[in-house]
Amino acid sequence: MKKFIKDLSFRFNITEIEYQRKNLAFVSVDKESVMQMLSYLRDTEGFSHFVLMTAVDWIEDGIFQLTYILNNPTKKIDLAIRIKILRENAEMYSAHHLWNQVATYQRELKEMFGINFPGSPRVNESFLLEGWDNIPPMRRDFDTKKYSEETYFPRPGRGTNDPAQHMKIKLYPNE
Amino acid sequence: MKETDIHDKFLHEENKKREVIAPDGSIIEIDPLQDYFCDARPQINEPFKIKVIEKFLNWARAESIWVLGFGTGCGSIEIPPLVTPRFDAFRYGVQMRATPRQSNAFIISGYLSVKTLKRVIRSYEQMQSPKYVIALGSCTINGGMYWDSYNTINRLDHYLPVDVYIAGCMPRPEALLAGFMKLKELIKAGKAEKANEYIENLDWYKANQKKIIRDWNMPDYNW
Amino acid sequence: MEFTVSKILWTLLGLFIVLNWGLIMSGIMRKIVARVGKRYGIPLYQPYIDLIKNYAIRSQITHGVMFYLGPVFRLSGGVGIFLFLPLIFGSEHWSNFSFSGDLVLILYFQFFGMLGMALGAGEGGHPNSAIGISRGLSQFTTIEVPMTLAVISLAIQYNTLSIAEIVAAQQGGIANWTMLTNPFATAAAMLSLLGAFGHSPFNLVKAPNEIPIGPPTEYHATFLGVLRTNAAILHVVEAALFMNLFFGGATNWFELILKTFLIYFWSVFVGVVFPRFRIEQSVRWFLKIPLALGIIAIIVMI
Repeated sequence: MKKFIKDLSFRFNITEIEYQRKNLAFVSVDKESVMQMLSYLRDTEGFSHFVLMTAVDWIEDGIFQLTYILNNPTKKIDLAIRIKILRENAEMYSAHHLWNQVATYQRELKEMFGINFPGSPRVNESFLLEGWDNIPPMRRDFDTKKYSEETYFPRPGRGTNDPAQHMKIKLYPNE
Repeated sequence: MKETDIHDKFLHEENKKREVIAPDGSIIEIDPLQDYFCDARPQINEPFKIKVIEKFLNWARAESIWVLGFGTGCGSIEIPPLVTPRFDAFRYGVQMRATPRQSNAFIISGYLSVKTLKRVIRSYEQMQSPKYVIALGSCTINGGMYWDSYNTINRLDHYLPVDVYIAGCMPRPEALLAGFMKLKELIKAGKAEKANEYIENLDWYKANQKKIIRDWNMPDYNW
Repeated sequence: MEFTVSKILWTLLGLFIVLNWGLIMSGIMRKIVARVGKRYGIPLYQPYIDLIKNYAIRSQITHGVMFYLGPVFRLSGGVGIFLFLPLIFGSEHWSNFSFSGDLVLILYFQFFGMLGMALGAGEGGHPNSAIGISRGLSQFTTIEVPMTLAVISLAIQYNTLSIAEIVAAQQGGIANWTMLTNPFATAAAMLSLLGAFGHSPFNLVKAPNEIPIGPPTEYHATFLGVLRTNAAILHVVEAALFMNLFFGGATNWFELILKTFLIYFWSVFVGVVFPRFRIEQSVRWFLKIPLALGIIAIIVMI
C-alpha cells in the first residue's frame, strides 16, 4: 500500500496522506487533477469498483470537502481521494463517464449540498426532496430544527433532554 | 409566496396547460389536471339506516380487514412477520392486498417523508370507504426520533385521519396484532368512521397537505 | 327440455348449494395450505365474511360500462357452465339444462368468462390489469390445448359430445371410469386442470401477493364480490366437469362433494409442494408434457 501511494505521488500532486488501515488510505489532491487520477486509477491500477462519494461541509473554512472512495477488487485495497472546493458557487467536474452510478451520487449531492456537477445526467431533477425551495438541507447553515417546527406542526408538550445529563439525573440522583 | 404559486412553480411539464393539435387538424386547449382527472368532490358515505344490519356489516368488516401492502418507514419490516407461523394474522381475518382499491386498512409504518406522504395520500384516497388508518410507531404521533428532521412529518393526524395509534419505536408484531384487535373493537362499536371525518374536514386536511407537498402535481382528490 | 317454474327453482337451489360448497371448500383448502406452512390459518367461514364485507363496502367508483360488465361476464361464464352441466347422474332435477352437445358449450363458457373479464379489466385502465390480462389469456390458451385434446379423445372413445352419455358409459364400477379406460386423456386433462384452478405453480396471474394483483387490480367492493362468488361456483363446477368426464360422475350429493373435494385437493396438493412458475415457464410447461399426453390420447383412441 505504501509503495503504491508513493508511486502515485510521483504522478500526481498529493498534498496529504493518511493511512486509516492496512488496506485503506486517504489522499488529498487538488481539484484539477482529480479526474485524471480517477481515470488513471480505474484504467491502469485496477480500481474498478466505485464505492461511494460524499461531501463534508466545512462552513468555518468556507469549503466543501468531497471524498471519492475506490476499491481494487483484485488487490483488495481501498483508496479514498479527498478534494476541497470552494463553498461559494460550489462546482465540480462530473465523473459520470467513468462509472454510471456516479451520476446518482452527484444528483444527491446537488440536492443535499447544492454542489453543481455540470454535464451530469439528470443532475437537476429532484432525488428525495420533491419541490424543495429552501437552501439545501445538508448545508450546515440550514437550521433543520427551526424549519421542522415552522413546517410540520410539532406536537405541543414535547420535551427533549440531553442524554448525558438526563441519564446522570435518572441513574445517580444523589451525586 | 402564496401556496398556489408554489404549486405552479413545481408543476411538471406534462401537467401544464397547453395547446394540442387534434387528429382532425383543429387546435384544442387542454389543462391536464382539469381534463384528465375526475374533479368531483367526495361525498360522505352514510352508514346503513337499519341499526341491526349495520351492526352485522360492521362485524363482517371487523372480521375481514384487508391491509394495503405499503411500507413507508422502518416499521414496514414489522409487517411481514405477521403472516409467518409465529404471529399468523390470518386467523384474525387480517389479510394483505396489493392494491388500494381492495384494501380497508392502511398501516402507516413509521416515519413519513414528504415524498412518501404524497404517495400515501394518493393510495389512501383510492381506497374505498369504510377505510381505516393504523399509525405504527411514535414517528407518526409526534415525529419520534425524526422530530427535527427537515423532511419527515411530525404529526400524521394533520394529514390523514388516524383510527388507531400504536406507540413504540419500533412496536413489535405483537403490538401490531393488539392494534388490530383495538381496531376491531372500534369497528364493531361503530366508532371507526374516520373516512367520513376526512371528507367532512377535507379543506383543512388538504390545506395541511398542500402546505408541505409543494410538488403537488395531482388532482385535488385522487379518485 | 322444458322451462317450467319448478325446473328453474330446482336449478337455483342447485346453484345455491354449489355456491356454498364452493365457499366452504375454498375455506378448507386455505386452511390446508396454512397448516402445511405450520400456520393456524383462517377460520373456515372466512370466505363468507370476505364476501359479506365486499358487498358491504359503502363507496364504489366506476370506469365505464365495460367495467361493470366484466364481472357480469365472468359470473355468467361460471353460471353458464353450471347450467349445462349434469351434476348428478340419473337425477331429473340436478341434470340442469344439459343436452346432447353440452361439452362443447361448456368448453366455450370456460373461455367466455376470461374474455369478458379481459374487456372489463382493460377499461379499468390500470397498467397492472393489462399485464395480468395478457398473462392470464396466454396461460389460459395453453391450458385449453391439452384440455381440448383430452376432450376430443373422449369424444372419439365414447362417440358422443354429451356429458350425460359419457357419465352413463362409465357406470358400473371403477373399472369403467375413463381414468382407467383412457389414462392418457385423464393425465393430460388433470395436468391442465392445475392451470385452470390457478393454484401455486400457475397462480402468477392473480396471486394477491404478486405485485400486479392481476386483472382484478381495479375491481373492488361489489365488483370483487361478484368475482369471488363466481370463483366459488367455478371451482365446484369445473371439478364436477372433470368428475363427470373422467371419474365416473356422481349418483348423489355426497359422492359429488367427495369427488369435487378430491379433484380440487389435487391442485392444492401440487400447489403447496411446488413454487410459482413465471408465465413463460408455465406456457412452455403446458406445451410439453400435457400436450404430448393429449396427442398420445388421441392416437391411442384412433
